[in-house]
Order: sequence, then C-alpha cells, then structure tokens
Amino acid sequence: MILGDFKLPGFLGAKSEESGDGTEASLPYRRLWKTSVILTALVSLVPLIFMTVINIFQYQRALTAEMEHPTTLLLSNNKRSLEFFIAERLSALRLVVRTHTADQLCDQQNLERVFRNVNDSFSGFVDLGLITADGTQCSYVGPYRLQGKNYHDADWFHEVTARGEYVSDVFMGYRDVPHFAIAVRHEDAAGRLIVLRATVGADLLAQYAISLDLKPTSDAFIVNSRGILQTPSRSHGEFLKKATVPVPPYRSESQVTEQVDTDGRRYMLGYAYIDRSPFVLMVVKRPEDILGKWLTLRGDLLGFLAVSAVLILIVILWSSTAMVNQLKEADKKRAQILHNIEYTSKMASIGRLAAGVAHEINNPLAIINEKAGLLTDLVEMSGEFPRRGEVLEIVRSIEKSVERCSTITHRLLGFAKRMDLRTESIRLEELLKEVLGFLGKEANYRNITVEFHVQEGVPAIESDRGQLQQVFLNIINNAFAAVQDGGRVDLFVERAGDHEVAVKIQDNGHGISKENLKHIFEPFFTTKKEYGTGLGLSITYGIVEKLGGRIEVESEVGRGTTFTVRLPVPATKF
Amino acid sequence: MMDKLRVLLVDDEEELVFTLAERLKIRGVDAQAVTSGKAALEAIEQRSFDVILLDVKMPGLGGLDVMKRIKARDRKVQVILITGHGSAEDGAQGMQSGAFDYVMKPININDLLTKLQAAGQATREGR
Repeated sequence: MILGDFKLPGFLGAKSEESGDGTEASLPYRRLWKTSVILTALVSLVPLIFMTVINIFQYQRALTAEMEHPTTLLLSNNKRSLEFFIAERLSALRLVVRTHTADQLCDQQNLERVFRNVNDSFSGFVDLGLITADGTQCSYVGPYRLQGKNYHDADWFHEVTARGEYVSDVFMGYRDVPHFAIAVRHEDAAGRLIVLRATVGADLLAQYAISLDLKPTSDAFIVNSRGILQTPSRSHGEFLKKATVPVPPYRSESQVTEQVDTDGRRYMLGYAYIDRSPFVLMVVKRPEDILGKWLTLRGDLLGFLAVSAVLILIVILWSSTAMVNQLKEADKKRAQILHNIEYTSKMASIGRLAAGVAHEINNPLAIINEKAGLLTDLVEMSGEFPRRGEVLEIVRSIEKSVERCSTITHRLLGFAKRMDLRTESIRLEELLKEVLGFLGKEANYRNITVEFHVQEGVPAIESDRGQLQQVFLNIINNAFAAVQDGGRVDLFVERAGDHEVAVKIQDNGHGISKENLKHIFEPFFTTKKEYGTGLGLSITYGIVEKLGGRIEVESEVGRGTTFTVRLPVPATKF
Repeated sequence: MMDKLRVLLVDDEEELVFTLAERLKIRGVDAQAVTSGKAALEAIEQRSFDVILLDVKMPGLGGLDVMKRIKARDRKVQVILITGHGSAEDGAQGMQSGAFDYVMKPININDLLTKLQAAGQATREGR
C-alpha cells in the first residue's frame, strides 16, 4: 500500500551535519517540494472550496425561499379570514343600527331580541349595548349590569364617534375572560347620533393563530400595534404582556423577514397587519425548522469537501514527494557523472604532467646510472689505490639511489598513462601489490600490518589496470586512515560465485556509523572534515560501476570496516 | 673464437649513449654510439652491426621508424629498444613491430649484456 510504505523523504528529514539530509544541499529540494505542494494545493483546493461555498449559499437561499413561500401563503389566508371575521361582525352591527331607530334599540326588550338574532347568525358576541350621543348606555344585553353607564369620557367612544367604527385591543373583562370590543356609529333620519357596541370572545382570535399549523419549535400569535400579546404565545411572552419579538412597520401584504434574537440566533418572522383592527398576526419559525434540511445538506457538502481535500492533499503530497525525489536522484546522478568527468579530466592532466616530469627525470637518471656504472668499471680496472673500497661503496650507494628513483618514476609513468579505459588481463594480487607499493612507506612508518589472503585458482580478470589501481588506492588509503598506528589491514582475493572475483579490504579501524554508511558513496560526503574532499569513494564507486563491478561496504563502529569490490570475470576464465 | 659483438647504440641523450658505449667496450663489445636516427642510418650504411640498441623516443626520426628503415635494409639485424616508460607496453609494442627485445631506463648493464648477446647470436644465425 502506497501510504503504508510512505516514508519522510530524505530532503525533508531532520538536520544532521553528517547525514547529508537537512543540510544546505537539501534546501532547494525542500523549497521546491513546498512550492509544488502549495501551488498544486491552491490550484486544486481553492476552486473546490469556492464551488462548495457558492453551493452552500445557493442551497441556503433556495431552501429559505422554499420555506418562506408557504409561510407567506398561510399568513395571507389567515389574514383574509381574520379580516373577514371582523368585517362580518362590524357589518352585522352596522345592519342593526341602520334597520332600527334609536328608540327601538333603546328599548331593552327590542335589544334583547336583536342580540339573539345577531348571535344566531354571527357567533362570538358576548354582549350588546346602545350608547346615545351623550355617552349614556341606554340599553344593554349581556352578563353585566352596564345599563345607564356613561362612556362620554372613554377613549374608544371618542374614536368611534370620530371614525365611525372601532375595534379594541383584547382585554380582560369583569368576568376575567379575554375579549375585545367592536362598535359602530350611526346617525338616524332625525340626525341623532347613536353607537352600537358589542364585545367578542378573544378565543376566536386565538384560533386563527393556532390554525397556522406549526411545528413544536415555532410559534404563532396575535399582537396589537404596540406589541402586546393578544393571544397566548408558546415562547414569546405572556398573554397581554409585551411580546419578545419586535413589531415590524406596517405593510399591507403579508411579509416574511429574517431576524436575529438577543442571543444572536437567526429566526424567520412572518407577519400580517389585519385591516380595520389593531391586530397583527405573527408567526416565528426557528432555524431548526427553517434550516433542518439545510443543515443536513450543509453537513453533507462540508463532509464531501473535507474528504475531497484530504484525498487531494494526500495525492499532492505523494506526487510532489515522488517528483522531487526523482529530481533529486537525477541531479545526484548528473552530479556524479560531472564529478567523474571532472575528476578523470583532472587526473588525465595530472597524469600528463607526471609523465612529462618522470620522463624528463628518467633520462638524467639513466645518465647518472651509466656514469656511476662506468666509474665502478674504471675503479675495478684500476687495481688497488688508496680508499678504493670507500669509492666503490659510494658508487654503489649512488646506484642504489638511482634504482630507488627509477622505481618511483616507473610507477609514476605507469600510473599516469592509464587514464583511458584499456582492458588487459590483470592478476588482482599483483595489482594490489603495485598499489601497496605507493603506500608501503606509510605502512612501515605507522607499523601497520598488511596481509594478503589469496584463494587458490582465482582467475585473472579483463579490466583497466589504471582505473583499478585508482579504486584500490582509494580504499586502502581510507583503511590506512581508519586504523590506529600498529593497526591491521587484510586483503582477500577470492572467487565470488560463477562469474565474479571479490577483493575484500578489511581493517580493524574505528568503523563507520550506520547513518554515515548510507551516504558513504555520495559525492562530497566526508567524515574527514577539512582533510577530505568527499569525492574519493564516489569516484571509486563510479569506476567500479564503469568496469561492470559492484562495491559493498560493511562496518561496525569500534570494530572496523570491510569494503568488497566484486569484478566480473569472462566465462572462459573459470 | 667468436668475433666481438658489433653493437650500434642510438639515443639522443649524448652523455648516456657514449657512457653506455664505453661500458660495453670495457666488457668486450664493439660498441659505436650515435645520437640521432639519421646518424644511425648513416652508420649502418658504412658498416655492419650485429645488434642495434635503439631509443624509442627521439626527436626527429623516432626509434620505431628508424627500426623499420634498418629492417628494410637488413632484415636479419636484431634491434633492442630502449624505453623510458614505466610499463612493458611500449617494449612489447616494439617487439610486435619486429624488435628482438627491449630494456628500460635506467639500464642494468648485466641485463643489457645478456640481451645483446642473445640478439647478436640470433643475428649471426640468421645470416
């Protein structure tokens, strides 16, 4: 599984001075990775988030509109019904005063008969009374003793005489039953002003609110223009007290608006002013009712957004990491090749220089050799003379020095001239001895024991002598650097499988940590601080690969290190 | 008794070639030294040699070219090459081109003498 195998890439790892990760070399890759992740995430996630937000708002608007419409419709229907109810009762009173004279209505018996007829046709009337122009109730039918009561100073009396009709707020009467009063004014043929007044039970009003058919969390009620509750409310105040919702300004049509309560919660407020009355029919719907479906849908949308974002981020992280890793590997390979080229070119230049110098030295060396030889010949021919032995000794010393110089120049020439790949038959034991010739002095000075362990019957290989010298010189040089004075380096030459020979260089030096072992063949990786270039083993690795071989390393801190170079052998050699 | 071995030494290093000739003369060799390929070709026009000791690297006419010309004139005469390089490759290459053997600078006089005698014998047997 991809995620199961996911590891933090090297270039994102913690800082370590020796690991090569988290160092300055990793910074460009880390930056590239960050840029890639951020840009890809922005390009992928921003449109997704944008679309989700737009969807959320569009759905919200659509759902709100869907909720508002039936509420408005229901309010309008109830407004019409309630207006009809009030208009019907006003019309009944108006019919009574127009079809009867003031005297007829002042007659108690007549009024009782009229009250019965009216109540038979229009339910809800509690009482009925006729008030003359001076405010005196000349007749009254109802549960109270109100005949003779004077209303001349009552506000409603002034209002009805001025406007022609009157509908009161709901109030608790003497019987402690809520009701409201309606009254009409009339002038008979003789110009006498009379007012017919009746009261109606408020329970009929409440039925108009109840018929709005609401959910338990919603509320419907009637208030007057000052916001006093005219019917009971579930949750917006006590009956005949101020409601906890504001009364919106007058609108002739039913309206639905969005409001925010004192707790900052949104709710939907629908209202309808009832014409020819102080009543306002109101309905309050809570967000749970309005947005119940919407909240579910919004949860689904946000869930989809979250899952999509997580999946996109995983894919982005995985692909960016893979891309930067590949890039890093490609850069590493390119750097390795460039270093190989640079190193080979450098070595070729040094080789040419060394060859020139060695050749130029070799000729005068040959002359010294011949002159010393001739001197020896002449001395030996001359017979005895004083200090003859001493002279011969000196000449032999010169010849020995020439021989030493000659060995050096031959090695220099031999080493320098093999920079290009030239295949030849090589016996690895001999080649290792040639390489040790360069390091023999150091081994002697530092008392390092070097031992050969050559398996019998190891075939010669076909390879490039100069390049192999370079490989083993680097590895043995490192082994010498790793051991203490008096240390030990063992060289094994043995068969390895059917088509390979292996050269093992084993030292008992300080060893290499596991962390460093991972990076040991990387260019510029060194544990020798300022003394190493970090190129030796990387070049060595490159050369061994070029020669078709493999190089492996095992190490244990405090016990030593073993490098194994496996080189191919032509099938015919076995 | 066999005649003295006649050897022509050719090397652009004057000090080397004349000293070497003198040492060979001490050891009973009829050695003549010249310092260029051209002088070598002139010398073999004047007299016959059993062995030519020839430096590979010389200015002007190089050792291998001189050997080819000598061989063209007298294919029996054996040539020993002197190489200053660190490996036997140049000598081996020279031997493939017709040289009898090679020696490396600085020269070990005893080795040289052995090789000269072998080459001289080969020349005389071929004639």
